[in-house]
Amino acid sequence: MTAVREMVDPVPGAAAPHLPAQPDLVQLLTPEGERVEHPEYSLDVTDEELRSLYRDLALVRRWDVEATALQRQGELGIWASLQGQEAAQIGAGRALGEADMAFPTYREHGVAWTRGVDPLDVISLFRGNDLGGWDPVATRFNLYTVVIGAQCLHATGYAMGIQRDTADAAAIAFLGDGATSQGEVNEAFIWAATFDAPVVFFCQNNQYAISVPIERQSKVPLFQRAAGFGFPGVRVDGNDVLAVLAVTRAALARAREGSGPTFIEAFTYRMGAHTTSDDPTRYRLADELEEWKLRDPIARLKAHLSRSGKADAEFFAGVDAEGDELAARIRKGTLEMPDPAGTEMFDHVYAEQTEEIAAQRAAFLAYQEGFEK
Amino acid sequence: MSTLTLGKALNTGLRKAMEDDPKVVLMGEDIGKLGGVFRITDGLQKDFGEARVVDTPLAEAGIVGTAVGLAMRGYKPVVEIQFDGFVFPAYNQIVTQVAKIHARSRGKLPMPITIRIPFGGGIGAVEHHSESPEAYFAHTTGLKVVAVSNPADAYWMLQQAIAHPDPVVFFEPKRRYWDKAEVDLDAAPPPLFSSRVVRAGDDVTLLAYGPMVKTALQAAEAAEAEGRSLEVVDLRTLSPLDLAPVEESVRRTGRCVVVHEAQTTLGLGAEIAARVSESCFHSLEAPVLRVGGYDVTYPPSKLEEEYLPDLDRVLEAVDRSMGF
Ligand SMILES: Cc1ncc(C[n+]2csc(CCOP(=O)(O)OP(=O)(O)O)c2C)c(N)n1
Ligand SMILES: [Mg+2]
Repeated sequence: MTAVREMVDPVPGAAAPHLPAQPDLVQLLTPEGERVEHPEYSLDVTDEELRSLYRDLALVRRWDVEATALQRQGELGIWASLQGQEAAQIGAGRALGEADMAFPTYREHGVAWTRGVDPLDVISLFRGNDLGGWDPVATRFNLYTVVIGAQCLHATGYAMGIQRDTADAAAIAFLGDGATSQGEVNEAFIWAATFDAPVVFFCQNNQYAISVPIERQSKVPLFQRAAGFGFPGVRVDGNDVLAVLAVTRAALARAREGSGPTFIEAFTYRMGAHTTSDDPTRYRLADELEEWKLRDPIARLKAHLSRSGKADAEFFAGVDAEGDELAARIRKGTLEMPDPAGTEMFDHVYAEQTEEIAAQRAAFLAYQEGFEK
Repeated sequence: MSTLTLGKALNTGLRKAMEDDPKVVLMGEDIGKLGGVFRITDGLQKDFGEARVVDTPLAEAGIVGTAVGLAMRGYKPVVEIQFDGFVFPAYNQIVTQVAKIHARSRGKLPMPITIRIPFGGGIGAVEHHSESPEAYFAHTTGLKVVAVSNPADAYWMLQQAIAHPDPVVFFEPKRRYWDKAEVDLDAAPPPLFSSRVVRAGDDVTLLAYGPMVKTALQAAEAAEAEGRSLEVVDLRTLSPLDLAPVEESVRRTGRCVVVHEAQTTLGLGAEIAARVSESCFHSLEAPVLRVGGYDVTYPPSKLEEEYLPDLDRVLEAVDRSMGF
């Protein structure tokens, strides 16, 4: 098994100076917060934009922390933390245009945020109140897909629709490193490639599929797989919000102009457990986590902003205060969330209600009323 | 005698099966180091090595498809599907390959594969983690299907399923994984494909399997307080069905209620009701009644108590049966 371990890509960043550099990794902001250039991906951002990216990163983390706490207190059934992946998600989400359509997994809270989805509409799913509270049509943010990989085909089909409409838009499918093993994901790659579908496959390689490390899913760096399907693959530092923004923007532009799909591997790390039900101490070493903490996506932008004088203490204090307000709103909204009515489950199964289900609904109501008497 | 949870009984049964037969190979997502998300394979990779307890790539078609090849090579794959809702990427392999290869090869290629699936709701999970897909498999010729309800059966039936020459889809009631009972690790078990009366009674025969056996037993207890005597049969095997104990019971009680979590329409209850009606027609005092899930998308967990058959809904059906 040691041979398998050796092919693992070295992690990027200053904390691992003993590891060789990754020439393929697109980076615009080093872990120390130093702005660097890349020959293919340049990014013009105003100071204002930089600050708003920071704000997004900080606020989704605050949301995530609050949701984890709510789960611990028994208010949510489960929570899938995005900690460590904020830059990958905010970078990708902020690259999207209004007409683009996003197909998330169950962890894309950061992308949800950039689409204007109310955190409480995501929380309601994890609380067990509904199967996703937001409007996927209005937000152009599809409902979460729990069945690994299925959404990659949906995004591809949606992109084929965009193609037929000759619309100036693209679809983006989010997926994990583990998902790349699913047959359906590989079918999506084939469809997207052969039809030049305007779709971007955005893979957050957070190094694990629950307990299973990336080496069990792939013998080659994931981004290299794309070549075999006939479209470009790019590996970007997933903890660098600027690089992710630049790479995703470029891939979406390429898709919209009719040049077909791109596979983006955002190289990152899942800082927390897979979900609140998981115990990562059973399968990974604390050292690894410590190393990645030094590559924190938020600290990196903060370092850049403060050192370059693009943001001052007052700005950061303001974001912190906003985070606390957001957390308070999430907490209050969660605690006050009304339970769904039992009849809800009968009401949306079909576009055209069947007599059978209508009868079951009526029987259900009568049965419930029997208890109230 | 050992006191085991249902989960630990499965773990112990797997360990025994692996000790007894070196051809037994476990495959699944997160079953190695993690021991499975429900810890059913806890410690097995450590003791039997990575060649016999395989953490697979994240691909269910791959898990079952490669199990077919391993079986052809003389191995006895035992695969874990992480949750009921995630068996469907493997459904093609199960239905078009696993189920048919014995017939197509005229017996030259037996398929001694065990497909373990934690099933059913009641754990407050998000979608796709609470389903009861057993009818899809029971409807498929070439598969055998069982569902366990208690630690002793978990321990013995799993070993029997693994040793069995045909493919067995093995349903585990995930919400009962933590239920404890005494298990006699030396007692000879009843045959795998047999149903069992688990509580004697005279007024109504209650049929259940998997997680609903406990519910049926609770209902029988509650009914007794009201002076009603319910006989409870744990079906244990869903395909083939073993209806002899059921028919014997229904001929005495004249009334029969089938309970399962799965949606009622075209569930196992429909087949059982048809068969019991045919075989016990002259003894029946009431039509065979079914208590099951509503024919709706499995609801978010805040509504699952209302969706899942419970003691009250079972007793309500018993009342209706008695009312005929
Ligand atoms: C088809 C399917 N099989 C299994 C699961 C159970 N499961 C949920 S998340 C997960 C791991 C996913 O890993 P990855 O794709 O890397 O995404 P990550 O969770 O790391 O974001 C598994 C196995 C599932 N949801 N769907
Ligand atoms: Mg992952």
